[in-house]
Amino acid sequence: MSLTDFFTDLFNPDLAFLPKALAVAVMSSIVCGVVGTYVVLRGMAFIGDAVAHAVFPGLAVAFVVSGNLVLGGTIAGVLTAVLVAVFSQNRRLKEDSIIGIFFAAAFALGIVIISRAPGHAGSLQQFLFGSITGIPDSDLYVVGGTALFVLLAVFSLHKEFVTISLDRESARALGLRVFWLDLALYVLVTLAVVISVQTIGNILVLALLVTPAAAARLLTDRLGIMMILAPLIGALSAFLGLYISWSWDFPAGGTIVLVLTVVFLAAWAFSPHQGVLARWPARRASRSVGAADPLSSELVS
Amino acid sequence: MTVALQAGDVAVELGGRRVLDGIGLDVRRGELVALIGPNGAGKTTLLRTMLGLQRPAAGRVLVDGCLVRPGRAAIGYVPQRHEFAWDFPISVANAVATGLTGRLGLFRRPDVAAWEAVADALDRVQLTGLAHRPVGQLSGGQRQRVLVARALASRPSALLLDEPCAGLDMPTQELLGLLFADLAREGRAVLMTTHDLLGAIDRADRLVLLNRTIIAAGPPGELVGDPAPWAVTFGAGPDSALARMLKAAA
Repeated sequence: MSLTDFFTDLFNPDLAFLPKALAVAVMSSIVCGVVGTYVVLRGMAFIGDAVAHAVFPGLAVAFVVSGNLVLGGTIAGVLTAVLVAVFSQNRRLKEDSIIGIFFAAAFALGIVIISRAPGHAGSLQQFLFGSITGIPDSDLYVVGGTALFVLLAVFSLHKEFVTISLDRESARALGLRVFWLDLALYVLVTLAVVISVQTIGNILVLALLVTPAAAARLLTDRLGIMMILAPLIGALSAFLGLYISWSWDFPAGGTIVLVLTVVFLAAWAFSPHQGVLARWPARRASRSVGAADPLSSELVS
Repeated sequence: MTVALQAGDVAVELGGRRVLDGIGLDVRRGELVALIGPNGAGKTTLLRTMLGLQRPAAGRVLVDGCLVRPGRAAIGYVPQRHEFAWDFPISVANAVATGLTGRLGLFRRPDVAAWEAVADALDRVQLTGLAHRPVGQLSGGQRQRVLVARALASRPSALLLDEPCAGLDMPTQELLGLLFADLAREGRAVLMTTHDLLGAIDRADRLVLLNRTIIAAGPPGELVGDPAPWAVTFGAGPDSALARMLKAAA
């Protein structure tokens, strides 16, 4: 299918779900790209994964009682984030162990809850791997509103998030409430995850948080540019992924994630300063200098 | 000289164990005080208590005559270098600006006055030329100066430095020692923990020997001549390298 045909389908009234899916995918990619910048820079990928799984019981409850999915997922995600933050105060157990316990428990609870719903196998697959056909109009507004709120919150708390990311002890000495700021960030990650789950699925949503920001990190040493590049990479990959998925009848979530992975690999290889190809001549030069003079290899590095 | 930092009979307990006891310490404006002791002596805990990050089990800490509270007191804090995320994609100037985050308050961006304070702090540590360089590209000595500039950005009356010279080569230690002495001469109270005994003897106005409590305190000239408190502080015998070093320094 050509790009023109794809655009024609986007404006076809009989395929109204397609532009809705594209809008949700692009909006959630932008939000995940911005929030994911902090996730990547703070090494929070595991907690991002935990939150992604933790929203599942909330989504399941909302689905079973025909409630609002975004609200249900947010409550479950925030509750898990609070539990992780509180239990992590016990220094005998490291935070990753607590996260491992609660995200598995939350996901298990979600599976138990969804198993009580009639026709749960289809619903489960929809939650786990995403679906572009089942997005109601109301969700479009909820996702748009939530995306706007998350972006506003991130930009309002940007300097606080940067300060606690750089050095937590100094942040405390400056009077910042590190615990509450961590919690605020977890809530924003949760919201970004919840609005992304519908198109990309619960299992793969971590890629939307981590991959664009990681690719952007390879391309720049400037935080501001990274926060522009990450959502841009996410949004373009979401568009391209949806186009490929529509053209070849692939699952949307999986295709978007594969496109993101290709972009990441391209950044890893071709990044102007940190890319493998850019560093290769320098490595060769240092090896040859090192071979000539054992001391000079240290000087070069 | 006015007392900027004052610890009055401070005791600190961690996990039910008393790690500091009976600490009485004044640091005056214009004075560089070096806190010396073995690993586990409680140096960093004392700094955290002076910052208001650790609640004392007994006694109190005053900063400019007021009870210390994080973010309220005029203290600049320089943590150990490894505490800072040097791989974070941020420029030197922006890293220094984070020293003003608490003072600016929520939802406020740094204004012209804030950027002027950042420029002054960078100028003070001679990093103006590197203001736009990513922090990850700096050497160890430059990184230490970034942390000092960040602490200076809020124009504090007291500076607390946690092992600022650890892991640096001798010329860089020398340069930083001069900088800390100058920062004190400009009217700040400077308290630093250090394992660099020679540097402390050379630069500090006063040495404080700490091991759970203050063993001895005084000008370097006085303390270096008496090996007894050093032996108590470090548990070192008369034939130890420390004793020989003190003899040479005296």
